[in-house]
Amino acid sequence: MTNAGDDRTEALLEAVREALARRDPLVIRGSGSKDFYGRRYTGTPLEVAGHRGIVAYEATELVLTARAGTPLAEIESVLANHGQMLPFEPPHFGLHATLGGTIACGLSGPRRPFSGAVRDAVLGVRLITGHGELLAMGGQVIKNVAGFDVPRLMVGALGTLAVILEISLKVLPRPETERSMVLAADPPKALARMQELLRQPWPLSGLAYDHGRLLVRLAGADAAVAAAAKQIGGEGLAEQEDYWNALKEQRLAFFHQESPLWRFVVPPAHPHPADCGDSVIDWGGGLRWVRSTDSAARLFALSRHAGGHACLFRGGDDVEPRFQPLPSPLLGLHQRIKQAFDPYRIFNRGRLYAEL
Amino acid sequence: MPYRPHRSERIGHGVDKVEFLRLLGEHLKPGDLLSAEEDVRPYECDGLSAHRAVPWLVALPDDLDQLRAVVRTCRTHGVPVVVRGAGTGLSGGALPLDNGVLLGLSKFRRIIEIDPANRQARVEPGVRNLAVSEAARRYGLYYAPDPSSQIACSVGGNVAENSGGVHCLKYGLTVHNLAAAKLLTMDGELLELGGSAPDAPGYDLTAVICGSEGLLGILVELTLKLLPLPDAAHTVLAAFDSIEQAGRAVAEIIGAGLIPAGLEMMDNLAIRAAEQFVHAGYPIDAAALVLCELDGILPQVEADRDRACAIFRMTGASSVRIAADPAERARMWAGRKSAFPAVGRISPDYYCMDGTIPRRRLAEVLGAIGRMAKAYGLAVANVFHAGDGNLHPLILYDANRPGELEQAEALGAEILELCVAVGGTITGEHGVGSEKIEQMCIQFSAAELNQFHRLKLAFDPAGLLNPGKAIPSLHRCAEFGAMHVRGGRLSHPDLDRY
Repeated sequence: MTNAGDDRTEALLEAVREALARRDPLVIRGSGSKDFYGRRYTGTPLEVAGHRGIVAYEATELVLTARAGTPLAEIESVLANHGQMLPFEPPHFGLHATLGGTIACGLSGPRRPFSGAVRDAVLGVRLITGHGELLAMGGQVIKNVAGFDVPRLMVGALGTLAVILEISLKVLPRPETERSMVLAADPPKALARMQELLRQPWPLSGLAYDHGRLLVRLAGADAAVAAAAKQIGGEGLAEQEDYWNALKEQRLAFFHQESPLWRFVVPPAHPHPADCGDSVIDWGGGLRWVRSTDSAARLFALSRHAGGHACLFRGGDDVEPRFQPLPSPLLGLHQRIKQAFDPYRIFNRGRLYAEL
Repeated sequence: MPYRPHRSERIGHGVDKVEFLRLLGEHLKPGDLLSAEEDVRPYECDGLSAHRAVPWLVALPDDLDQLRAVVRTCRTHGVPVVVRGAGTGLSGGALPLDNGVLLGLSKFRRIIEIDPANRQARVEPGVRNLAVSEAARRYGLYYAPDPSSQIACSVGGNVAENSGGVHCLKYGLTVHNLAAAKLLTMDGELLELGGSAPDAPGYDLTAVICGSEGLLGILVELTLKLLPLPDAAHTVLAAFDSIEQAGRAVAEIIGAGLIPAGLEMMDNLAIRAAEQFVHAGYPIDAAALVLCELDGILPQVEADRDRACAIFRMTGASSVRIAADPAERARMWAGRKSAFPAVGRISPDYYCMDGTIPRRRLAEVLGAIGRMAKAYGLAVANVFHAGDGNLHPLILYDANRPGELEQAEALGAEILELCVAVGGTITGEHGVGSEKIEQMCIQFSAAELNQFHRLKLAFDPAGLLNPGKAIPSLHRCAEFGAMHVRGGRLSHPDLDRY
């Protein structure tokens, strides 16, 4: 099925070429739902939200292609009508969140450890580079190794390499049943139990820890979910799916505090420091949301020591840098890649790192 | 047949071989540095035996220090480098250069660490694919990507080619199962890409490394994701009287919300070849068979299996059989997994293709392949990773008959172009290498190829790694295009022809 939508490729290409001629930095913008994310930066807005519509969707192919400005809500609703979903359960952070912004930010929801991240689902992109060229990379099929994997390079690049025009994604069937259980635990016990569950082939689709509660979401055939729930034990979670939505969209009370919100991503079994501040754990231990007023330097050192990385997700407006600093040879490679795609640094200059 | 790289992709250098051997000999033991014809000849091809080139030199470093020394020496003198793992690749990715160093990583075969708590394995690139799962088994874990060469192929090569296997639809390709990689660049920098924690900061460079065919850097260490071994796996074999019916059955399976661990299809010629070879119990009169494997915890597997069987019956299967025990299940898979050698037994030679198509175009594509094969006077057997649309037509030919290899290659090229025309790609999992480099000119525009070259140069500014593979020069495409004028329109009209 397709939806005509609105194809603004020509206008966007023209705008990029004009900006290039003037060497004028652009701020690529969808709905603005994730404006808070990343470093502060300036430039002329390049509005992509008008470039929208589902271009192709064939449920039995498990592939959907949509323009970057297509609202995430529209895509999810079309998929749901066919009993399918985006595997990475992306946070929206706003009513009008677009697919393009979702890809550029690369943020995945609670389902990530079980059905993959944003980048795992990306198959192909059409984009405008900082050479003013319109390119199609990757494809609309699940398996494709022709050419470098430029589509996945766009995920999490925060628009610093190119303007994403269109994305092809692998989608998945929705599970027949989902059911969430809650078990009482302290952080060390919860982490240990998570690792134990992750080492068995349980039909999991969420594994979080939130203030004394270990939350286990199961997904699959009715019989499988019932059998797993019985063996894992605990009580049925009163909020069920609402909980996972609130976690993903950061609507839990924990997320409403004033202090800076840090996102730590660590090897899932890494012990949770007792003194790190108020926290919520997702991804079976891999993602730790932490409220902290500690210095950025200390928190980056802490995450590095844990074998992971951190970013200042919300708040702390004057704090620099926002993302875990890169070792210098790796930063050098990033600068050369930026140069390869956007030699005049016109796209989202400085949003990810000051040097990009 | 000796392979001649395109002259525009050749990295010329005036380095004297004897002098260069002396320089490398300062770092490598004599047995690890090969130059005599009889010593280097075994490296003249990888799994694509149709392309051969005798390497200038072969270097087999023992450790990272020696590897760095070889790389530094090559970089200083502008000598190109081709990295080779186990040499099982099917697209000529490790095809040597007659003026370059073939860098073999077969001695990098340590399993450094299995981390059961974080479900990861840290290994050197020369470790065999299957050895990772064998080492992880005691923790109830395994490494999911399982290319058919998994007994022999190395994980470094798997990353370079972004290898798949029969379980990709559910468990993904190598790119979905690689957490981190240490990459040595030609400039001697050792970069840590990705990490034990997901979503590494900055650009997703582990994704770029997967399938980069040795053009960007040299992999020296990999961190692979491990999965819990499933409790149960059930296999269903369904036979159909037509390809169309089998294709519809596969679409219905996916449409019903099942994601089988394996979903494979074979056509009649492939069925008969496999049956003769391993006696898998395949119905030899069937036009097509579908193998469907479901895994997970037992109640899930039973529910999925029953739904799959119902769908096969509803779509008109002439027989539906569930493997009664592990032995029968192994036999069913043995037929599919031995399809390539089985075809090798009924034909003196075969040429294995690797296109991906949107699944809904399957019947149409197989029909067209049949007609093209007939026009060439060649037979084609088809095996198909039906779940993800990855088609492996096996072109039967006899290299001893003059011109037949060229005919097979021409038919292969037509098949790949058909894959692109129906919205697919020229390679699903075998890579471009030297084999499909000209079809890249069909799948990508000059601007797109240029962008690939720019990305390569960001990693390898001197362009010394695996030149003439994976990404064609625009001059090559211009010449190829001159032979391939489509609809009166010349591709790459802006380039000089020579």
